[in-house]
Amino acid sequence: MLEFFKKIFGNKSQPRESITTAPLSEAQLQSIISNTAPRYDIQQLLAACGQSVGKQRDLNEDSLLAITATLAGNGGNTPFGLYIVADGMGGHQYGEVASNAAIRIVAGTVMRKFQPYLFNLKPEPPNESLQEIMQGAANEAQKVIQREAPGSGTTLTAALILGQQVTIAHVGDSRAYMLYSDGRVETITRDHSLVKRLEELGHISPSEAENYPHRNVLYRALGQGELLEPDIFTIPFPTGGTLMLCSDGLWGVISEHELARAVRDAPTLQRACLNLVAAANLAGGPDNISVTLIQLVG
Amino acid sequence: MQAGTTLSQRYLIQEVIGVGGMGSVYRARDLHFPNVVKLVAVKEMINLAPDPLVRQTIVQNFEREANLLATLNHPSIPRIYDYFSQDDRSYLVLEFIHGKDLESIISDNDGFLPEAQVLTWGIELCDVLAYLHAHKPDPIIFRDMKPSNVMINHNGDVILVDFGIARTFQSGVKGTMIGTEGYSPPEQYRGEATPLADIYALGATIHHALTRRDPRLEPPFSFAERPIRKINPAVSAELEAVVGTSLQYNIQDRFPTAGDMKDALLAAGRKTGALSQMPTVSLPGSAIKPLWTFTCEDEIRGAPAIHQGTLFIGSYDNNLYAINSADGKFLWKYPTDRGVVSRPAVYEGNVYFGSEDNRLHVVGARSGKVVWTYFTEGPVRSSPRIAEGHLFFGSDDHYIHAVNMNTGRAAWKFETTSPVRSSPFVANELVYAGNESGDFYAVDFRGVMKWRFQAKRAITSSPVVAGQAVYFGSMDGAFYALDARNGWTVWRFRLGKGSIVSPAVTENIVITGAADGFIYALDTQSARELWRFRTEHQVSGSPVIYRDSVYCGSADGVIYCLEYRTGRLRWKFATQGAITCAPLVYDDIVYVGSTDHNIYALLA
Repeated sequence: MLEFFKKIFGNKSQPRESITTAPLSEAQLQSIISNTAPRYDIQQLLAACGQSVGKQRDLNEDSLLAITATLAGNGGNTPFGLYIVADGMGGHQYGEVASNAAIRIVAGTVMRKFQPYLFNLKPEPPNESLQEIMQGAANEAQKVIQREAPGSGTTLTAALILGQQVTIAHVGDSRAYMLYSDGRVETITRDHSLVKRLEELGHISPSEAENYPHRNVLYRALGQGELLEPDIFTIPFPTGGTLMLCSDGLWGVISEHELARAVRDAPTLQRACLNLVAAANLAGGPDNISVTLIQLVG
Repeated sequence: MQAGTTLSQRYLIQEVIGVGGMGSVYRARDLHFPNVVKLVAVKEMINLAPDPLVRQTIVQNFEREANLLATLNHPSIPRIYDYFSQDDRSYLVLEFIHGKDLESIISDNDGFLPEAQVLTWGIELCDVLAYLHAHKPDPIIFRDMKPSNVMINHNGDVILVDFGIARTFQSGVKGTMIGTEGYSPPEQYRGEATPLADIYALGATIHHALTRRDPRLEPPFSFAERPIRKINPAVSAELEAVVGTSLQYNIQDRFPTAGDMKDALLAAGRKTGALSQMPTVSLPGSAIKPLWTFTCEDEIRGAPAIHQGTLFIGSYDNNLYAINSADGKFLWKYPTDRGVVSRPAVYEGNVYFGSEDNRLHVVGARSGKVVWTYFTEGPVRSSPRIAEGHLFFGSDDHYIHAVNMNTGRAAWKFETTSPVRSSPFVANELVYAGNESGDFYAVDFRGVMKWRFQAKRAITSSPVVAGQAVYFGSMDGAFYALDARNGWTVWRFRLGKGSIVSPAVTENIVITGAADGFIYALDTQSARELWRFRTEHQVSGSPVIYRDSVYCGSADGVIYCLEYRTGRLRWKFATQGAITCAPLVYDDIVYVGSTDHNIYALLA
């Protein structure tokens, strides 16, 4: 049948090999995709989590938090979500104390700002911007960790979702990924690790980076150093896409290709999380594994 | 050909701009664009060869040049629009380059050109050579790099011209000597041309530009006998060394690729600090001249609109003017009772604009005759937006008005707490606007408020919605990015002072200005400042992005053209009064009004 149509309709136009078009940039694609989103459906967040201590450690130093809600108000229902992965630095004292504190303080600070909107009808949006709220929460966590577990440190990758805006606060080498509906996988955070920095500067190649001896050395972490400079940015939630936060126990042993496949092939988000954790353990499970997957539907 | 000849019923010849071996090059106007002056370069090749075989070869050469050029896409290579043959002549229609060739720049300049300037051009030439040499399936050897084949356009960027002899290089094939004595390397005289020949010729070109010694007047390959610093001691040893390497007699001693030469030039520039001086265009005798100016009887404070070759602009002499955008000729004016600052909107043959006489006026775009007017209770300084058959605009009467374009009657009025001078933006089926007490509103198409946001001081800036966010500045000194759907603040950026500037957004960059005199570029995702550019007074004009430049006026009276990714100054043009409006860029021409009563048309 296809051959038949080709015969009828094919070869009408001359092949134009010399004409190439510039590929659209990520931002352009995203804005096109997000602008064509249906407008009247009620949007909501779906999320799932998975965690494992791994095969080679006795202690879990990762911490994970997922809050999924809806802000009901005059302007309709607005999806609201807060997702955090923190990976306490091994070798340091109280790595799990630091990652725990990071989760509690960041989530506590953010949720206190949103409490009036979750449980009361408040007409005015808050005075602070979403990015300022995340910055403030990270700074607060930094202070507490330095006070309660001096010398320890943790990564922090936190995503605050309000409507279609995803605001990320990020320190260290846990990661946030966007898994697009067309199969593309994009790492949206930048590792604050020595090996990544060397790779960015061109001193070592990506293949050298994979076998670099000091892969775990971070140059920025929550609880470490005087001044905290988290990466903070806001991106639209891509239509039909999945946001993933995870610790290096997952991304260190699973390729991007496998990540995308695991999420695509699983019947539910929860099953996808379990499959990812199982795959990381099958690959040796050298470190604690934490993962959360989030979708915006509707 | 005489000036005034029309070729192919399309290209009106204006004057000869160059004479080559085979024929002349003309500046011509493309008549397919009757309402604007679109200039092109027409290269003519006269085929007088008696031998039919030779004639055929010449035509083939010409067509090869056309086809080669058509496949290339680089900012330093002229675009090709058309080619055709007529009788015994062939024609190539190319992008017209506003500028001057490097040879004239060298000879017209009394002293030496600044090192930083030559270095920048050298780096750009390495870029274009690297592009040509990377051509697939075979590299293209330009073969005739010399100052007269390098044009410097009005932005100060290089354009490589005369591709007549650039030929796809097939490895191992010996060609005939083509090139220019003095600039060509030894092996080219033996008929060999590799990418390394272009590197040598580029070295010779830079040598000429730095020393003002024309190599055609010197024995071949004698650059080593004329060390650059002996002739021009101001040149750094670093740059001299780079040029020396590119001019090595043996090809294996030169830079292996144009990319390597570029890296060496960049390293030299970094070491000597020449690159950080950011050479701006100050070519002798190339001061920006307006294509035309038009003078009103009072200040121009509002932005223009263009429609089918007519430019519409309001003035404080109470008139709306219609001007021919090609030549600045007066077409008609329409008087209101007070000043006009609102930017006109044109739709289906009518022009819509507000006036401080409290009315929105609708005037025929051709006739200049009134169609209808709409009264508000205060001056209309906001500019009307057209969407879904309605006009949306603000008034000093505190209302956002929605007017049905068919009936001229109000569909609804939305009451705010103070004058609305910000121009509404319509997106997501919402109307966005700010007011003078700092409230910002999103109103749906029924006139019902969807959400509201409060800044600390006036929002005169007109919002822009891009992606998921709405962007605007406020007199409270902050620049805001709000979620366009629910009004939550995504981020805010602290400006040095308050702002009335309406931002421009492209890709991930938002550009604005403030009363502290800076033009700012911010990353839309992280709110990080990418660059800022200092003007001499408050930035009161709004930026406009066109191609890879941003155009913005300031109260210092200057319109600036900056590279929008880096903030590098490309050119500036001084008017005699503050610029308070956004310029309009259309078809490579910038139109900007000034409080010196003039509207200027400038080449973008």
